[in-house]
Amino acid sequence: MSLDTIDRKIVEATQSGLPFVAEPYGEIATRLGLDEAEVIDRLTALQMRGVVRRVGVAPNHYALGMPANGMTVWDVEDAEASALGTNIGQLGFVSHCYLRPRALPLWPYNLFAMVHGSDPSEVEEKRAVIARLLGPACRGNDVLYSTRILKKTGLRLARNSTSKGDG
Amino acid sequence: MKSPDHKPDDTDRRIINALQEGFPICTRPYAEAAAALDLDEYELIERLARLRKAGVITRFGPFFDAAAMGGAFCLCAMEVPSVRFEAVTAQVNARPEVAHNYERAHRLNMWFVLATETPEGIDAAARAIEQASGLSVLRFPKLEEFYIGFRMVA
Repeated sequence: MSLDTIDRKIVEATQSGLPFVAEPYGEIATRLGLDEAEVIDRLTALQMRGVVRRVGVAPNHYALGMPANGMTVWDVEDAEASALGTNIGQLGFVSHCYLRPRALPLWPYNLFAMVHGSDPSEVEEKRAVIARLLGPACRGNDVLYSTRILKKTGLRLARNSTSKGDG
Repeated sequence: MKSPDHKPDDTDRRIINALQEGFPICTRPYAEAAAALDLDEYELIERLARLRKAGVITRFGPFFDAAAMGGAFCLCAMEVPSVRFEAVTAQVNARPEVAHNYERAHRLNMWFVLATETPEGIDAAARAIEQASGLSVLRFPKLEEFYIGFRMVA
């Protein structure tokens, strides 16, 4: 999927956030020497194409009193994985949910669901909810707690280049 | 004005829950979002600015699908001997392709995301880390991403 030069300028101007003014897209347009209508039309088109996934806040779970972060991982039947993952994604406490390849024999898990909580026991309760939902289709599971952030850089589009992101 | 490290109040939490997606793309988006929350436009702007400054929200705006813009991503994991953990962390973090990296309590104790401009770049970066560290880099590219429905965090 390609972005033209103006799309790219709009991505660069907004990827660190929208300004906190009454007409934020108008302010972006002024900075870029564009009309407000063009910025709004292009962002709307990018959203329809799926390049803009959503517009809103990124919550900091630590600051919101949910410092425990568990990557729950599940070994589920391949044939049922898509349907089960769709159900898990609907749970309000799951922030990301992906199907990934196994790495046997060390790693038998194919379904990954990120869960946040105020402490590990809350994460365990949520993990139990997922286990009940998966039922007998799940052959095994584990939870990996993060113990330290070693590096964190934002999603950034390099200038005159392509992308960096959060896979 | 509350201090930068203030605890978010109920209105702040309501805003955070409601505005994880669907912020309008129009001339006066804060006015539109504020009306849905039964708030004043400028109160919403002021609260969001304060939450951002305090770090309660880490970003506010459009989230781009970097893969849709041509990039490639891959979650990777390594089993790093504890005595070498700090040295390997430095080797991994030194690579610009490493977007984030977490220590996790597991035999596979280092988990990071590679972000590259082309799909081939993932393999090249993973191999470079394997060569530098002498350790295997397990690759877990996403096969399918599931839609996150009702979002509730705060």
